[in-house]
Amino acid sequence: MNRRLIRKRQPAATSRVTELHHALVARVLYGEGRAPTEVRRAAFDGVGLDEPTRTLVDKVCYRAHLITDEDVSALRTAGRSEDEVFEIVVCAAIGQATRQYQGALAALATATKAGDL
Amino acid sequence: MRLAILDRGHRPPIKVLLAVIRLVSRQPVVDAVKLALYRPGFYGAGPLTHEAMRGPSAWSIGERELMAAFVSKVNQNRFCIAAHSATSSLWYGDQAMVEATLADVETAPIDEPLRATLRVIGKVTRDHSVGADDMRAVLATGVSPQQIEDALAVCMAFNITNRLADAFAFTVASPAAMNAGARHLLKRGYR
Repeated sequence: MNRRLIRKRQPAATSRVTELHHALVARVLYGEGRAPTEVRRAAFDGVGLDEPTRTLVDKVCYRAHLITDEDVSALRTAGRSEDEVFEIVVCAAIGQATRQYQGALAALATATKAGDL
Repeated sequence: MRLAILDRGHRPPIKVLLAVIRLVSRQPVVDAVKLALYRPGFYGAGPLTHEAMRGPSAWSIGERELMAAFVSKVNQNRFCIAAHSATSSLWYGDQAMVEATLADVETAPIDEPLRATLRVIGKVTRDHSVGADDMRAVLATGVSPQQIEDALAVCMAFNITNRLADAFAFTVASPAAMNAGARHLLKRGYR
């Protein structure tokens, strides 16, 4: 069955979700913020950061339930404002969730490509 | 809350709004609401979460709330497990079914399409990636590609929210406050 036909027959929330998701990513990466855009981008990508930001971002991505007060206060001690910490954490969370989401959508596209259904 | 700005840094009109919410609900404002109302021009993911949870979909609101609770369980996020278990239980009128699903999705009294969908969003959340065979297994139970996309949108929204709830150390409110929050989410959604 052709995937385009399936989409046409079942319009749903996803296109609006895609639009809102793209707007959210653009806002946190390029919108007005206190942290430099290159730091926000690195937090979103989860790469290229120095300590202690690297440890916090890594925990946000892979073991957020183990984040401690010290992980957060280390950034404040290193000179980051609370708003910068807020932005870095938000970018890291959205970045990892975006990679999970896009990877899963790619798997779905492979599974539903023409001739596969 | 680990950042004082999320507790007390809101702009004056928002502080008034938070006071009104406290007055009307007769409960403390839950941390998720304080986060949503802090610099919404920067984060402000409410519309995305609302669309995933309340936008048009073949999944019911109760099923999507159950997915949100399930993703939160995989992420071990106590705040969101409590909030979305309460909301899903309220929608279904069946707390035992929600608890059974979070305890063991394989034996829970739910239908196979929903079980297969929960399995795959659980794997996305836990392993960070899935393959085409995982998706084919869900499709084989009769779930449409659009339903999988809709479930993945819920999965994404809560993989963001769970991480923020953990990083900022949301307080798990009392059952009364969580139930008040659940009633609000069913009535108004996430905007």
